[in-house]
Amino acid sequence: MADALLRLHDVSLAFKGITALNRLSFDVERGEICALIGPNGAGKSSLLNVINGVYRANTGDIVFDGVRFERIHPLKAADLGIGRTFQHNALFGRLTVIENVLAGLARHGRANFLENIFRLGRDRAERRSFTTRAHRIIAFLELDPHIETVVSTLPYGLQKRVDLARALVADPKLLLLDEPMAGMNQDEKAEMSHFVSDVNEKLGTTVVLIEHDVGIVMDLADHVVVLDYGRKVGDGTPDEVRNNPDVIAAYLGTVH
Amino acid sequence: MNFFLETLVSGLSAGVMYSLVAIGFVLIYKASGVFNFAQGSMLLFASLTFVTLVEKGAPFGVALGTTALVMILGAILIERLVLRPLVNRDALTLFMATLGLSFVIEGLAQLLMGSDVHMLDLGIDDLPVSVGGLMISQFDLFASGAALALVAVLSIVFNKTRMGISLRAVADDTLAAQSIGIRLPAIWRIVWSVAGIVALAAGLIWGARQGVQYSLSLVTLKALPVLIIGGFSSIAGAIVGGLLVGATESLADIYIGPLVQGSVSTWFAYILAVVFLLVRPAGLFGDRAIERV
Repeated sequence: MADALLRLHDVSLAFKGITALNRLSFDVERGEICALIGPNGAGKSSLLNVINGVYRANTGDIVFDGVRFERIHPLKAADLGIGRTFQHNALFGRLTVIENVLAGLARHGRANFLENIFRLGRDRAERRSFTTRAHRIIAFLELDPHIETVVSTLPYGLQKRVDLARALVADPKLLLLDEPMAGMNQDEKAEMSHFVSDVNEKLGTTVVLIEHDVGIVMDLADHVVVLDYGRKVGDGTPDEVRNNPDVIAAYLGTVH
Repeated sequence: MNFFLETLVSGLSAGVMYSLVAIGFVLIYKASGVFNFAQGSMLLFASLTFVTLVEKGAPFGVALGTTALVMILGAILIERLVLRPLVNRDALTLFMATLGLSFVIEGLAQLLMGSDVHMLDLGIDDLPVSVGGLMISQFDLFASGAALALVAVLSIVFNKTRMGISLRAVADDTLAAQSIGIRLPAIWRIVWSVAGIVALAAGLIWGARQGVQYSLSLVTLKALPVLIIGGFSSIAGAIVGGLLVGATESLADIYIGPLVQGSVSTWFAYILAVVFLLVRPAGLFGDRAIERV
């Protein structure tokens, strides 16, 4: 377990007395797809929010890529290489696909306001490299035909893929996906899960994702962590988790 | 017929001047979702600074550049002292803050530059020239040209630069923009600076027409119907709304005025705005508020 990209140790989080995460510890290996599953309210989204600094954990610490921190600012998390997508669409509906993806690089720009406006100095090189990066990722996710399309006019499945492209364009080491397949039909889910596994294999991005569809999770993930009421009830390969009696009691066996 | 056309054209050119003021509001409304009550004070402050510098003997270009710098500095201070402490508060809180800000700016202007009425001469005569048989004021032509240039520059900045993508991203969805790491304070500084420079342009043109005086900050009140008609979130709306208000009120003055035996232009725009509020509350180009229930 020497090569964990992300290591959580004893992480707890409470909101006004309600425990969202209860002394949680697990590792995410470099290059794996780790799925977080659990019933609604189990603390999955809270956990992602702790990892990328939206919430501050009450106890415990997080080691990302060899750097230990208790609280990280979301901007800093992004700079360290943690990218994420959102459960509820957070795309810019009135902007085109390419503009949305370019916006994902905005915080990496070093050219200042005047350089930007007059296209001088650092702006030229940045503009070129950013555009190349954006086009590459758009091609990778097969969004080319829609590159100049205004995002709000795209079907939902494609919008989710634009969200993925926007997170990926900054070249994150760790990609957090909050229910990337929520609200999709089976075909869209299969397509999305194909892209996630492509990203993982071909770009080498480590992925932590939340997903409710257990069938999809078992196929896609290398590693599954099961949460229930903020506690970890299972942690292992999909097969181990499937046969874990605690998991079956907490989640797999119940009807939702 | 010519009389009608000349009335229309002079109304439209008055409308351009309303649009100039309204654009400043739209910029800030788009980027921070707040109706900036201090826009009129910023306009007054800019024109007063400019005219004071000119009276002190500064050449036109120097006075213009210095005033622009003052407006940018002001934007940075406003972001630091007013907006940042109130981040993520609701729009009404921010609106009240800009209301307070307008008093601070006007007070500062009075403290630093006195309360005299100043003449402002931009070197363009307010004399009519003949354009295709119509008599149009040179000054109106100049004002329209300035407005066009301003809009062209703004649309290039918003649509053709990478910074423009960030600006539009913030305007589209502030929370989403924050969540992908766009630095809101930087965007606010830029937008308020641009609004300050727009206020300077509008202040010079209004100041040249009316004299630079305290009542200049009241042009805010004329921008309000323009914004209601055009929509708060659209620059195109500000322009169309301004033209519509200018044209209809000057036509109404000529054709309805005699019937009611009084000036119509003082209230016509507000009546028009009320009609729009009843029929099309988001304005011609504004975003209709759609909320999921």
